[in-house]
Amino acid sequence: MQVTMTVNGDEVTRDVEPRMLLVHFLRDALSLTGTHWGCDTSNCGTCVVWVDEQPVKSCTMLAAMAGGKRVRTVEDLERDGVLDPVQEGFMQCHGLQCGFCTPGMMMTARWLLDHNPDPTDGEIREAISGQICRCTGYSTIVRSIRWAATHENASHIETAETAGSSS
Amino acid sequence: MQVPAPFEYERAESVSHAIALLERLGDEARVVAGGHSLLPMMKLRLAAPEYLVDINDLSDELGYITVESDVVRVGALVRHAAMLAHDGLAEHFPIIRDAEHLIADPVVRNWGTLGGSLCQCDPSEDLSSVCLALDAECVITGSGGQRVVPMADFAVGPYQTAVGEAELLTEVRFPIRPGSSSAYQKVKRRAGDWPVAASGVAVRLDGGTVIDARIALTALGVDDAVDATEALVGRPPSEEAFAAAAAIATQVSRPVDDARGSAEYKRHLAGELTVRALRSAVSRALSTTVN
Ligand SMILES: Cc1cc2nc3c(=O)[nH]c(=O)nc-3n(C[C@H](O)[C@H](O)[C@H](O)COP(=O)(O)OP(=O)(O)OC[C@H]3O[C@@H](n4cnc5c(N)ncnc54)[C@H](O)[C@@H]3O)c2cc1C
Ligand code: FES
Ligand code: FES
Repeated sequence: MQVTMTVNGDEVTRDVEPRMLLVHFLRDALSLTGTHWGCDTSNCGTCVVWVDEQPVKSCTMLAAMAGGKRVRTVEDLERDGVLDPVQEGFMQCHGLQCGFCTPGMMMTARWLLDHNPDPTDGEIREAISGQICRCTGYSTIVRSIRWAATHENASHIETAETAGSSS
Repeated sequence: MQVPAPFEYERAESVSHAIALLERLGDEARVVAGGHSLLPMMKLRLAAPEYLVDINDLSDELGYITVESDVVRVGALVRHAAMLAHDGLAEHFPIIRDAEHLIADPVVRNWGTLGGSLCQCDPSEDLSSVCLALDAECVITGSGGQRVVPMADFAVGPYQTAVGEAELLTEVRFPIRPGSSSAYQKVKRRAGDWPVAASGVAVRLDGGTVIDARIALTALGVDDAVDATEALVGRPPSEEAFAAAAAIATQVSRPVDDARGSAEYKRHLAGELTVRALRSAVSRALSTTVN
């Protein structure tokens, strides 16, 4: 069947089997291998992408179900060569070791900060509770997301201050 | 790599279109809502439908939460995340927020639906107990119109419900009863996991006396609401009454040993979680009546 969807802002159409899972569509049909594929049982969350602005475990959605929808993957976090604060945070605070869980962690983190710009550590842990990291012990991931929150706030405050001082 | 067996995919454009598709495609067709129970089963080849009818575009028809004076109506396609966030639901039925907060994880909750949860009818699934405790009614729609089935008659057995082959569960109705409150208590091994065991309770008080009490157990081998009338109804709520109700819950439980825990431990949980849920539901009922 023909499936058309918007992936990271671009419309794509592919001929796929209805049983193709979204994670394989992204990785194999579109070669967007930033999205990882791990447990295959909806548990590890490394495959998290956004569909119509909602994070989903893409191993648990058919590509066909994403037809007509907007999909956003980890490849879209960086814009014009500028890393997203979440990516910067993972670098600054050692939010990854092997990096396997990282794409899903970052997509969930970006969503969290878009909806709750100043989350507590508890709220961060809750947000990533459906995702497994076998390396870091999570503390550095939480710290990375906090770093991103602070960084985003700082840049907002800076903008506000600049606006204030110029008036 | 886990891949479902081949099937054909159809996307429903309306409830009546979905029903027409199900009628035309016959008994090898299955509805997919959030897909978070069905797709894992298809990947394991525990389910191999020949046709899938996707109802995710029907949120206009099936995605509402409407609070009326004596009932709250919830469309079958409402996602766990929306149930969790809805203040009107939490105000009338705190058991819903208690349970939703502990169902799966936030990403899964973005997609899993009320209708899918009830129709999956997994013995470990939380919302069936919630709906049973709340004495909810299920609206089932087919080409001949709608019928209303009380939650007590909805589950026919594990993974089997009153919904026919060419029918959809379209709405769940939660009756609002003055003087009532509710609570859900669940033990799970880790974040995001299914329950080891859980207990849901709804109580109704009148002038300091319990006039109705409903207890529903999850993952404990009990399909029907637990009849604890004898222990609770017609008396003021007390620790002794809660203990007597818990003893009944323990007694009717038929848990099995599995990776989540021993039958003995689960039986212990049946009693303990019932006591905790009763305490919480009663204190909530008393505080809302006083206010
Ligand atoms: C990792 C993980 C952890 C989970 N943990 C829990 C947990 O702790 N507690 C819990 O309760 N659940 C848990 N779940 C299940 C989750 O709540 C599912 O979302 C839910 O059980 C099914 O909802 P769905 O919309 O995804 O249904 P689907 O998978 O789309 O459908 C399930 C079944 O219902 C049928 N169906 C769906 N909608 C309708 C309808 N409107 N009318 C008729 N038939 C319909 C389908 O044909 C299918 O047979 C978990 C799931 C995952 C993946
Ligand atoms: S691969 Fe999707 S949750 Fe693990
Ligand atoms: S960094 Fe290795 S799994 Fe998370």
